[in-house]
Amino acid sequence: MLPRVNDDDAVFKALADPTRRFLLDLLFERDGRTLTELESELEMTRFGVMKHLRVLEESGLVVTQRSGREKLHYLNPVPIRLIHDRWIDKFRERHVSALTELKTKLEES
Amino acid sequence: MTAKAETTQVYRVYIKASPEAIWDAITKPEWTERYGYTGLVDFDLRPGGAYKVRPTEAFKKESEANFGGELPEVIIDGEVLEADPPRKLVHTFRMLMDPGMAAEPHTRLTYEIKELDDKVCSLTLTHELEGAPNLASLVRGDQEEYGAGGGHAWVLSELKTLLETGKVFAE
Repeated sequence: MLPRVNDDDAVFKALADPTRRFLLDLLFERDGRTLTELESELEMTRFGVMKHLRVLEESGLVVTQRSGREKLHYLNPVPIRLIHDRWIDKFRERHVSALTELKTKLEES
Repeated sequence: MTAKAETTQVYRVYIKASPEAIWDAITKPEWTERYGYTGLVDFDLRPGGAYKVRPTEAFKKESEANFGGELPEVIIDGEVLEADPPRKLVHTFRMLMDPGMAAEPHTRLTYEIKELDDKVCSLTLTHELEGAPNLASLVRGDQEEYGAGGGHAWVLSELKTLLETGKVFAE
């Protein structure tokens, strides 16, 4: 099953589970991990971890890529960004940012 | 686990638009100036062709007002490695606005557009960032609170909004 265009429900549902949030935290810490690597961090059967990863993939929060024989899991922050941009930015004036401010900041420090 | 897997970032967004519209929004300056960092892209869409991004006048003015110095005429450079419109684009990428990033090696961006059912496409962006930790931090959006924009996730969110609604939030 593929995620629908604006499926916020699937994202919230995926995030509503501590194991799945833990898996996302692991990928945030170090991206591009295999199932075996992720499984070693959890007290859970391989099948259980696969099930959680499938929910994350269906919500769009995890994207997998093949690298030779391995399947690598990447954290995709875009669905959360879309919720942020649509629901949070709506209520405050958007701060238009520029790389130039970063440059100023870096040169000051 | 390879260093390459660890330093690669992958982004995917689903957009209700044709593959051609998405391709144009990535490769044409009249589109790229309307979302994200607003840079004017200049693609020579063949293997070995040049890739350059120039700042808009508004971006230049803002930059000069903020710190006085002049922006380089080209703020991002690279080379096209593969162009298969409207499905796949691979090019190298180096940010020249900041000396720390300009000193890092060229990184590699891959755009893949897949048409799904319902006139919906998936756009997958893979950024291979080996040896470029400063740029990796920028495109991950880590420096957004300092006014450096939200990186690829922010850019893709705006791109989707622009293609689906005809405008972005800032407009």
